Amino acid sequence: MTTGVEDLLRSAAPQVLGTLVRRHGQFDACEDAVQEALLAAATQWPVDGVPERPHAWLLTVAGRRLTDEWRSESARRLREVAVVAQEPEVVEPDPGDRVAADHGPDGDDTLRLLFLCCHPALTGPSQVALTLRAVGGLTTAEIAAAFLVPEATMAQRISRGKQRIRSAGARFTMPPPDERPARLAAVLQVLYLVFNEGYTASAGADLQRTDLTAEAIRLARELHRLTPDEGEPAGLLALMLLTDARRAARTGPDGALVPLGEQDRTRWDRAMIDEGVALVTDGLARWPAGPYLIQAAIAAVHDEAARAEDTDWRQIVALYRLLGRIEDNPMVTLNRAVAVAMAEGAQAGLEVLEPLRSDDRTADHHRLHAVHAHLLEMAGERDEARAAYRRAARLTTSLPERRHLESRAAALG
Amino acid sequence: MLLIHNRPGFVDDLTEEERTALFADVDRIMGELTRSGEFVGGQALADPSTARTVRGVDGRPAVTDGPFAESKEQFAGYVEVDCESVERAVEIAASWPDVRFGGAMEVRAVMHDGGAEM
Repeated sequence: MTTGVEDLLRSAAPQVLGTLVRRHGQFDACEDAVQEALLAAATQWPVDGVPERPHAWLLTVAGRRLTDEWRSESARRLREVAVVAQEPEVVEPDPGDRVAADHGPDGDDTLRLLFLCCHPALTGPSQVALTLRAVGGLTTAEIAAAFLVPEATMAQRISRGKQRIRSAGARFTMPPPDERPARLAAVLQVLYLVFNEGYTASAGADLQRTDLTAEAIRLARELHRLTPDEGEPAGLLALMLLTDARRAARTGPDGALVPLGEQDRTRWDRAMIDEGVALVTDGLARWPAGPYLIQAAIAAVHDEAARAEDTDWRQIVALYRLLGRIEDNPMVTLNRAVAVAMAEGAQAGLEVLEPLRSDDRTADHHRLHAVHAHLLEMAGERDEARAAYRRAARLTTSLPERRHLESRAAALG
Repeated sequence: MLLIHNRPGFVDDLTEEERTALFADVDRIMGELTRSGEFVGGQALADPSTARTVRGVDGRPAVTDGPFAESKEQFAGYVEVDCESVERAVEIAASWPDVRFGGAMEVRAVMHDGGAEM
């Protein structure tokens, strides 16, 4: 499939689905019909050319699939009860149907779909799978390949998610105002999960995997556009841009991970950094700082340092402190320990770290031991640092991280 | 990854009822894991007496038949699941019927290619 067709299909997917659901209800049947229409377009368009009105084409094909489905469904039922058949009404899209991308109910449709796919009745993996298919327009096979599970497994997560939506009685509407913050937080989390899956996988450089990072950025950009009065979607988009800007520099030629402090900063993507920094600056001026805006601000401080030694670590310490007050998360403390060590010396960092070593949530986490090792190395405690690197290497489930940690341990003799 | 260890031939010593219940349990759990979208893959291994073992002897690979030790637990197969927590994986392992008949399930994470820079 050519990239142009692919982009067109992905951006059309939520708009066509939204129109169909508003017209017929039955989210799950409509979603299947749109998926079939997308698959048909993906095989036909590159051969026959893109139709003059692609949205209307997709809507027609999806509408027909839906009608066929209902026909065979009702025919089956009619055979079973042996009553006189009634022809179901054939639903064709109005010729005047326009699906505009930038205004009207269609943008709201995308937002409604995001809220529906990230409904709290769904498990995390089902939220992710359904969001990528219904809103992202990816095929089940692409999503399965991206998450390295069999297609049948991914198909099951999608249909299980739809069942949950149906049994929870969730509607294709905006959540009520009192539920909106929690529902938006769920959408943000799903998009961030997709981003991280793609970003951490880029170290493995497996070309078979759909670029989840780009897809997450595209959806975050869309979410930000649709919620211009909210700070956290802006923060999430900025965080993704400022993180992904470092992608080219984060792995060496042999695929090994390059730590932030040792990356070739000339390889960072300047345009992405500029866009991210502008989003953060504007966001912090307009809204109270939420977790994504703060994390984006931290990424911005890193990205704005021309050399590692120019990093404003005091600023980063202050931001982690702020973040720690908003959410009690040991990983925030862990990151603060690194920043404190850089700003005030290894000993001060080790003091921040100390309580985490007896915290059940982190005592056996590989990152705690990796950070501990790093700070011990800074403090000149080579034997202890080596032991901590080895412990971290045994605890991680990531092959490139294990390789990195083992070589740090070996470098200490 | 859930690694199934059991004593080869233990099924022969079960009553017909116990055997039926054991296979029904496996079918039921596999069905549940498939429907929940947690099942990734799995294989049962043939009896260890049909295996070959390759070992380095004096720096060269040497092939022997077996293992035949029927009194010991052997690796019998695996189930790969993708689930939300280690606790959930342990819960699945605990429901596996071999555990009731003296077998053991080992729950091990699978290494992956992704990674975060430190």
